Amino acid sequence: MSHERIQMAHGNGGKLSHDLVKNIMWPAFSNDILGAMNDGAQFTINGARLAFSTDSYVVKPLFFPGGDIGKLAVCGTVNDVAMNGALPLYLSAGFVLEEGFPMDSLKRIVASMQQAAAEAGVYIVTGDTKVVEKGAVDGIYINTAGIGQIMDGVQIAGQNARPGQDIILNGYLGEHALAVMSERHGLEFPQTVVSDCAPLNGLVAELLTAVPQIAVLRDPTRGGLATTLNEIASQSQVGIMLDESSIPVSPAVQAACDILGFDPLYLANEGKMIIFVDKEYTKEVLSIMLCHTYGRESRVIGEVVSKPSPLGQVGLRTRIGGVRLLDMLVSDQLPRIC
Amino acid sequence: MLTNEEVKTAADFFTREIGRLAGEQPIRLMEVCGTHTVAIFKAGIRQLLPKSVELVSGPGCPVCVTPNEYLDTAIAYSKNPQVIITTFGDMLKVPGSTSSLAAQKAEGGDIRILYSPLESLEIAVANPHKKVIFLAVGFETTAPLAAATVLMAEKAGIKNFYVLSAHKLVPPALRALLMAEDIHVDGFLLPGHVSAVIGMAPYEFVVDEFQTPAVVAGFEPLDILQSIYLLVKQINEKTPKLENQYGRVALPAGNVVACQTLYKVYQRADAEWRGIGKLAGSGLAIREQYGNFDARTSIPVTVEATQEHVGCRCGQVLRGTILPTACPLFGKSCLPEHPVGSCMVSVEGTCAAWYKYGAGRWQG
Repeated sequence: MSHERIQMAHGNGGKLSHDLVKNIMWPAFSNDILGAMNDGAQFTINGARLAFSTDSYVVKPLFFPGGDIGKLAVCGTVNDVAMNGALPLYLSAGFVLEEGFPMDSLKRIVASMQQAAAEAGVYIVTGDTKVVEKGAVDGIYINTAGIGQIMDGVQIAGQNARPGQDIILNGYLGEHALAVMSERHGLEFPQTVVSDCAPLNGLVAELLTAVPQIAVLRDPTRGGLATTLNEIASQSQVGIMLDESSIPVSPAVQAACDILGFDPLYLANEGKMIIFVDKEYTKEVLSIMLCHTYGRESRVIGEVVSKPSPLGQVGLRTRIGGVRLLDMLVSDQLPRIC
Repeated sequence: MLTNEEVKTAADFFTREIGRLAGEQPIRLMEVCGTHTVAIFKAGIRQLLPKSVELVSGPGCPVCVTPNEYLDTAIAYSKNPQVIITTFGDMLKVPGSTSSLAAQKAEGGDIRILYSPLESLEIAVANPHKKVIFLAVGFETTAPLAAATVLMAEKAGIKNFYVLSAHKLVPPALRALLMAEDIHVDGFLLPGHVSAVIGMAPYEFVVDEFQTPAVVAGFEPLDILQSIYLLVKQINEKTPKLENQYGRVALPAGNVVACQTLYKVYQRADAEWRGIGKLAGSGLAIREQYGNFDARTSIPVTVEATQEHVGCRCGQVLRGTILPTACPLFGKSCLPEHPVGSCMVSVEGTCAAWYKYGAGRWQG
């Protein structure tokens, strides 16, 4: 069945989102900078290497355990800029507001944005507000864009994965998606799950200062760890082998996933990052991460391999010793989580 | 909870024993639960088994066995501006004869995804001028909750809530498989969750009448490995019996309260299964007493003539007579993002599981 209209799955960060970009956006906008397909654009102006990224936030509900749309709008874009190996500096903020939206909620959201910006050390320096008729948007949508300076000597790109590198993750998976989901549907899990939404630029700056050799940085947001690793495997034309027993999933998230039939490897995160680095630097990277607030549960979860064939795939070695494919997200697990 | 090392040690033991007991004769084991199908792939169990032990999937995915006629009816209802459809998410992309609920949703149909049927009642209360139709699809596991929703609607006096039932029962499908001449199964992995509701007694005919080994299995990798071990051991010792590996959840008597709720609202009825055909007493229809909650009898609708998808071999896949990779459409025109048949849609569909976890694609 071909798709003549946009369906929700076109927005989930998985296969259909990729098709949308590849078939509609790319033919119209194609240029070298866009073609690199990283979390943001990287370019040079008068010798200064810059990273630039944008994202729109439509999360429902607006407030959830561990955050709200404002915190998400700042952290999400800060992280996208940081994943280019850059220090985020300035953000823009565009608001689309629904007629009748409570002023108190807007104040809370804006205060939360300022708090997140302060923690990340960035300034919101330009913005826009639009109001549309009741029903034309669901309360409030926010777009942010961010610009930052790429650190000296750093070359981060999805194309840089090579056999022999370790893959490191900074903590538990799936918390953001489940926190939003539980709030939206009024679900009570055995334990409350709190969103991991957090600015990672501080940790990234520390890491790249000490180990500028880091090859790939990516935040596994929509589509989760599995989709992000597939993107990298495909961009770099390498194989990736993960070790299931070392992938961190908290008991609270695992219990909720068991109830709902979700796979934590496909759930969105907003405070996680994946690092690809040559094995000789793994120890140093981990020692920095484990001391940082947002890296206390960091660990090696797998490695880049030259097999299997064809390249560009991700495999998972299961707890009982089997091996299977870890595919990209196709079906929509949860719409509107960021 | 077991440590990673303990899990591996236990897995190695079962794998070794299965290898020792299986011998050279081919053994064909069937799971009749979509959750098992997925769990077997997720854990990479096939690769741990000797070549002589083959695992095939049966009609265990409720969305997959739902015939086109039901989907066409749901799609027809979704075109009625007075109707709100409530459904679990995996029904959305299942192709009917000429459309799907996802396509209708994109066209403006009011179709809402639920995580519990009870959410339908909130939607019904919030939209008193609309008719809310819940797509009740599933086996004995989900049917009690749908029945409870009807009872709650009755108690709360909610008059704009309806059920479109396609509920199905597992034991009649097992009987149909055992009676089919073109299907050979040496043992069944029985669905743990269904068994937790209906208990053990409804499966006794599998052993008594057909002398086929059967084990009620849990869903963790070790549960499944242990259940395969129990089946292979029965086959090796030529002592077919009904065993319960999942005793920690599935009690021999089942869940009596759930069954009572279920049969208060529903009664057994003949039902159409994709790939298998009409089976006597294999479905659930709403009792006359609750007829005002039955969408089919309460809300008139015109349904298009049912068409089957040319080339799609879901029917044979659901009977376990072919593997998904033998279908000419698999992985070509039938993909998870563009499914042709129902087995490629649901996350628990056999074809979707084969594709997702790399069968035919993965050479690691």
